[in-house]
Amino acid sequence: MSARQDGATRVPGEALADPAGVRADPVDAPWGPSRAAGSGHGPARPTVGVLALQGDVLEHLRLLEAAGAHAVPVRRAEELDVVHGLLLPGGESTTIGRLLDLFALAEPLRARLAAGLPAFGTCAGAILLGRATTLDDGAPSDQPLLGALDVVTRRNAFGRQVASFEADLAVDEVPGGPLHAVFIRAPWFEALGASVRALATVTTAAGDRAVVVRQGGLLASAFHPELTGDARLHERFVSLVREAA
Amino acid sequence: MNDQTAPQGSPGDAASQVGTDRVKRGFADMLKGGVIMDVVDPEQARIAEQAGAVAVMALERVPADIRAHGGVARMSDPEVIESIQSAVSIPVMAKARIGHMVEAQVLQALGVDYIDESEVLTPADEAHHIDKQPFTVPFVCGATNLGEALRRIGEGAAMIRSKGEAGTGDVVEATRHMRAIAGEIRRLTTLAPEERAAAAKELRAPLDLVEEVARTGRLPVVLFTAGGVATPADAAFMMQLGADGVFVGSGIFKSGDPAKRARAIVEATTFAWDPQVVAKVSRGLGEAMVGSNVSGLEDAERLAGRGW
Repeated sequence: MSARQDGATRVPGEALADPAGVRADPVDAPWGPSRAAGSGHGPARPTVGVLALQGDVLEHLRLLEAAGAHAVPVRRAEELDVVHGLLLPGGESTTIGRLLDLFALAEPLRARLAAGLPAFGTCAGAILLGRATTLDDGAPSDQPLLGALDVVTRRNAFGRQVASFEADLAVDEVPGGPLHAVFIRAPWFEALGASVRALATVTTAAGDRAVVVRQGGLLASAFHPELTGDARLHERFVSLVREAA
Repeated sequence: MNDQTAPQGSPGDAASQVGTDRVKRGFADMLKGGVIMDVVDPEQARIAEQAGAVAVMALERVPADIRAHGGVARMSDPEVIESIQSAVSIPVMAKARIGHMVEAQVLQALGVDYIDESEVLTPADEAHHIDKQPFTVPFVCGATNLGEALRRIGEGAAMIRSKGEAGTGDVVEATRHMRAIAGEIRRLTTLAPEERAAAAKELRAPLDLVEEVARTGRLPVVLFTAGGVATPADAAFMMQLGADGVFVGSGIFKSGDPAKRARAIVEATTFAWDPQVVAKVSRGLGEAMVGSNVSGLEDAERLAGRGW
């Protein structure tokens, strides 16, 4: 594929034969039409950005569309200005954190989060939203973070890739039975602040650990809801965006 | 080992599964838009992590040195791999020889995050690749065209990289392979359904995978590019040709200022469609790796022809 004529950026993972990709035609998405469209209050179809510096951006764009949002990739401060909510995808938290600093997105994003921008972080995105993070052995990590969510994340808490797993998981505030959750070199949440609610936990050898948390309009999951095509957690986030708008 | 229950330290829930296709392929999804860098020691690994690499490939020698030294190239010493694993928090990959399932078993036992069954090492089997399905650890494999990519996926590869010609600093073969894969995908999407079986025969690829590519217009797994990328512009070029991300081997640590070049390649990969950014990061990088023209290589010196 050559560069797009309109100058738009290809999102990694998009089709090679159909540059318009699924984003232009969400009706064909296998998870079907949105159950959330028109529900709740606020704008019927809020604009939700997906931070598109690195990671599985495309899957989130698709699921946010399915959940009733207008989904747009965000790489620059001016793109951040127009969104009603922001999703921070999975990827490598050190890479995304560094690129945030480098392209002068970190400060505008911290400012918008401080002003109440709803945000949803998955895996690496959840680590970035947190106030502190540690390595798998509990040693503190000094990587750049956004600090909006009052939790400490433990990176690679379940182990290396050979320990990555999938399992069914009941999540509070998400109706319709357990979610199928895919954990990839996943973190968990520790030291939850008073305003943070654990919505789901996993039983580990170390005891129960929080893997989905919410603090007002901030939602975070240690697993990857975008890898299964189930839009229910994205619908919960879009409803938080509508409430805040 | 597929579908086995989780090991100790993971959730006690008996329904949780490790080593599934979704977990293997999903991990590659998290690397999209990123740069994976070859490193030979913990110091290089830390430089790569600081520069924003999404993963490192732990090696004893980078491809340019394998080329220069000759001899048989094998899996790295486990000590080298473990020293790199303890130096960084990003994923660590390592290479096994084509067909050498015991090297792969050893790498899995070491807890590497991804195995590259790589033509850069001397092949251990001239007819067969590793049966990758039974492993819990995911595999990435090289391909020069769509048929080769789909055969590897059929064997269980969870990620594909175009081969290029490693250790040359010449991007021409990476271009050839990316164009071949993307062009063949485009062609498949234009076929009538009844023409797909003949296409599968021609590609020597499993029919179900051919059907899937024809329907979706992409590989069923993440597609990176590798082999000969030496500059930020090379990396952006590969992204514009349709790569989901980039492997850089010798191009970083065989250059004048590795830390600066590594950062620049990461930035150019993210902003591949923005010439202003690519121009900005390309300034003052010092010497690029000297490299060698692929057209001057003897057939026996070409690595991309390894693998079948």
